[in-house]
Amino acid sequence: MGDVRSYEHDVLVIGAGGAGLRAAIEAAAHGAKVALICKSLLGKAHTVMAEGGAAAALGTVVDQDNWRVHFRDTMRGGKMHNNWRMAQIHAQEAPDRIRELEAWGALFDRTADGRINQRPFGGHTYQRLAHVGDRTGLEMIRVLQDKAVHAGVEVHMECTVIKVLVVDERAAGALGYFRETGRFALFRAGAVVLATGGIGKAWQVTSNSWEYTGDGHYLAYDAGAELIDMEFVQFHPTAMVWPPSVRGILVTEGVRGEGGVLRNSQGERFMFRYMPEMFKGDFAATEQEADAWVTGDRMKNRRPPELLTRDVVSKAIVKEIEDGRGTPHGGVFLDIASKRPADFIKQKLPSMYHQFKELADVDITKDPMEIGPTTHYVMGGVKVDAESQMSTVPGLFAAGEVAGGMHGANRLGGNSLSDLLVFGRRAGQHAAELAKRRGRPPASPRAAVDAAVQGALAPFERPTGENPFAVQAALQDVMQRKAGIVRDRSGLEQTLAELERLTERARHVGIAGSREYNPGWHTALDLRSLLAVSEMTARAALERTESRGAHTRGDHPDSDPKQERRQVVVRRDADRMTVRWEAQPELPADLAKLIKEGA
Amino acid sequence: MSEQRRLRIFRGTRSSGELKEYAVEAGEGMVVLDAVHKIQAEQAPDLAVRWNCKAGKCGSCSAEVNGRPKLMCMTRLSDYPVEQPITITPMKAFPLVRDLVTDVSWNYEVNKRIPGFRPRTPDAPDGTWRMFQYEVERPQEFRKCIECFLCQDVCHVLRTHGKHQEFIGPAFLVRAAAYETHPLDVAERRDFLKTEGGIALCNITKCCTEVCPESITITDNAIIPLKERVVDAHYDPLAALWRKLTGKSND
Repeated sequence: MGDVRSYEHDVLVIGAGGAGLRAAIEAAAHGAKVALICKSLLGKAHTVMAEGGAAAALGTVVDQDNWRVHFRDTMRGGKMHNNWRMAQIHAQEAPDRIRELEAWGALFDRTADGRINQRPFGGHTYQRLAHVGDRTGLEMIRVLQDKAVHAGVEVHMECTVIKVLVVDERAAGALGYFRETGRFALFRAGAVVLATGGIGKAWQVTSNSWEYTGDGHYLAYDAGAELIDMEFVQFHPTAMVWPPSVRGILVTEGVRGEGGVLRNSQGERFMFRYMPEMFKGDFAATEQEADAWVTGDRMKNRRPPELLTRDVVSKAIVKEIEDGRGTPHGGVFLDIASKRPADFIKQKLPSMYHQFKELADVDITKDPMEIGPTTHYVMGGVKVDAESQMSTVPGLFAAGEVAGGMHGANRLGGNSLSDLLVFGRRAGQHAAELAKRRGRPPASPRAAVDAAVQGALAPFERPTGENPFAVQAALQDVMQRKAGIVRDRSGLEQTLAELERLTERARHVGIAGSREYNPGWHTALDLRSLLAVSEMTARAALERTESRGAHTRGDHPDSDPKQERRQVVVRRDADRMTVRWEAQPELPADLAKLIKEGA
Repeated sequence: MSEQRRLRIFRGTRSSGELKEYAVEAGEGMVVLDAVHKIQAEQAPDLAVRWNCKAGKCGSCSAEVNGRPKLMCMTRLSDYPVEQPITITPMKAFPLVRDLVTDVSWNYEVNKRIPGFRPRTPDAPDGTWRMFQYEVERPQEFRKCIECFLCQDVCHVLRTHGKHQEFIGPAFLVRAAAYETHPLDVAERRDFLKTEGGIALCNITKCCTEVCPESITITDNAIIPLKERVVDAHYDPLAALWRKLTGKSND
C-alpha cells in the first residue's frame, strides 16, 4: 500500500450533491469528524442543475395543503409502489427542511405577503414547489456548500471512490483515487454514507452528466448490499431535441407549471386524450378550463393535463411521435409563448430563455420549443431502512437518488430536492450516532486494498487495448435501443447478452499516458459501475412482466394486480447477480384510507 | 450537414506543453465542448478537460477560446470563421494541472474565509421571516454565480499581477455582495473586505462584467456598492484631521 495515502474519520460521505452535503452537515452537527468526497469540484454535482423547485407542503400559497395531501400525491404518482414510510417521513419533514434552508441563507422567490412562494408542478394537487426562478438547485447547493465548509467538514474534491471496504461484515471506509494526481487514498471511517446520485449515463439521450455512472449503486452491490426497483428509470418528458449536440438537455417541468402547453404537429393539445383512469376528475376537461386554471381561479378550475405525472406525459409524447404527429426533428412542441407575456417568461424561466437562445437559436417568448423525453432519474437503488437510511450492510447508509423506495414506480417533479434534504439529514444523523457507538474504525484489509489498486491500474498495462470511450458508447447504444422507455422480453434478453460481450470488452480496455488527470482512465474505471447498473436494470425489467409507472413493457402493456407492491431485489452472490421477489409491507389502515378517500 | 473544423488545443503540463492541432467533423449546433469531447473519444483519450452539465449551469468547462475566457459548453463553433483554426487554452490566472484543466483550489480557500451568513432574529413567532420579492431580487442577481471563475481569470489584478494573496477577486466580491445585500443578514464583513479582501485593488475596469456567462453586472452592482460600504465604515473625519495636522498615521 506504499502509494496509498490514509485518512481516518468518523463519517465518510461519498458524493457532494444535496444529499451528501446535507448528510455531512448533520453528521458534523452531531459532533462527528466528517470527510466529504466529491467526484467533481465542490458545487458542481447534479443538484446544481435542478431547475423547477423543491416540493414541501408549506401551505404558503394554498392553505389546504398539508403532509397528508403531499403523501397521497407521492404514493399515487409512484403508482402505489413507494416505501410508504419513506413517503410519509418525506411529506412530514420536507417543510422543516425548506425553512431550515432559509435560515441558512437561501433566497426563495416570495409570495405577496413575504413568505416562500410555491409553484404548481406535475402530479401535485396544490402549488407546492419552493423555487428560485428556474435555478432552484443552484441556490440549494450554494447554501449547503457554504454551510458545510463553515461547519468544518473536510472536503476532498475530484476524488472517485472505487471500493467500499467491509470489515467483519460492516462498512469500514472506502478506497478512491484523486483525479489530479492519480494517487490512491484510503478513507477509514466508522460509517459510510453513499450519496452518489444516479445512473443516467448508461443511456445515450440523458439529462445526466459524466459523473452519473451509478458508482454508489455499484459500490453498494459490490459490498453485498441489496438493491430494489432497478427497472424503474424515469424518462423526463421534456428535453431539447435539436440541434443534435444538445439532445437530452433538460427543459424544466416549470415551463408547464407556469402555463406551457404540449402540442403535436397538427397543433392539437394531445394530453387531453391521455388521461389515466386513476386521475380522471382531477384534471381539466377542456382547454378553456385548463387556461382558466393557469391565469384565473385555481379553486374553481382543474389543472391542465400537461401537469399529469412524468411517466404519463413521456409515454404520450412517444405515442404521438410514433403515430406520425411529431415535429421535424422527432419531438413535440412545448409552447409558452402563446400563453404568457415575454416579461413573465423571462422572469420565471430565465435559464430556459437563455439556453434556447444560445444553443438552439429559439426565442421561447416568441416561438414554441421542440422537446422530447430524456433519461433523467432512477427510482430504484440501495434498499434502506426508512428511519435511518441504513442499507442491508451495517454501517453503510444511502441517501438521495442512490437510495431506493421513496419514489416507487415514478417520482413526482420537485420530490427529489426535498428527498435529498429529508433523507440526507437522517442518514447523516444515524451515521454519526453509529460511528460514535462504534469507536475507531478497524484496520483495513490489506489484501482487498492491494487487489483493488492493482485492478484499477490494469488498463495501463494494455496501452494498445480497446478505447474505453468506444465501449461506453456501445453500452449507451444498447441501453437506449433496448432498455429505454418501452421494453420487451426479447429486447431485454438481447441487452443482457450484449452486456456480457461488453463486460468482456471492458476487461481489455487500455490506456496510454500517465495517471495524472487522464479521462480515458477514469472512463475505463467507470465502465464497471455502468455495466453493473445496466445489468441490474435489464434483469429487473425482464422480471417485471407488467407496465407500471416508468416501467413500460410493450409485451405486457397493463398493470398486473399480482405484481402490485411486490419488488425485484438485486444482490451479488459471489460473482453472480441474483434477483428475487419480495412483497412490501402493507400500508397501515389509516394511510390506506387516506389514499383511497382523499386527504 | 457536417463540416471539417480545426482546433488547436493546448496539451501539456506545468513544465512543458504545446498547441496541438486536431481535425474534427462538426455537426449542426455543435459547441466547443462537443468538439473537444469528440477529439477525446476518437483521437486523444487522455485529453484532460473538466465538464458536468453541458448547459451553462455548473461552470466547470471554463477555458480560453481564441484568448477569450468562455464556457466551452455555451460557445458555438459556428461563431468562428470556418477557415481559421479555433485555439483553446486553459485559464491563465490559475496554475495548470494538465491540458485544459487548471488548479482552481485557491478559490475554495478564499470562499472559506468570507464571514458566512448570519440572519437577524426571526420575524414571526413560528421562527420564520418575511421578505418581499423586491428585496430578494438584488441578492438573487449575485446568487446566479455558477463559480466558473472566468471573472477571476480575466481580472488583471490576478491574471497579470498575480496578487492572489492580497485580493479575493471579483467572484468572491460577488459572493460577499450576495451576503451583504441579503435582507436578513447581520454579519459584519467590511473589515474583511478592506483587509483580507483587498477590495481597493479593484480599479473598476469592468473586464469581469464583460466575461460573466450569467450576465451579472459584477462591477457596477456588486463591487462599487461594496467599495462605498467599506469607505463609509472606515472614513472617520476626526482621524483624517489628526493625520493632516500631525502628518502621522493613527493606525
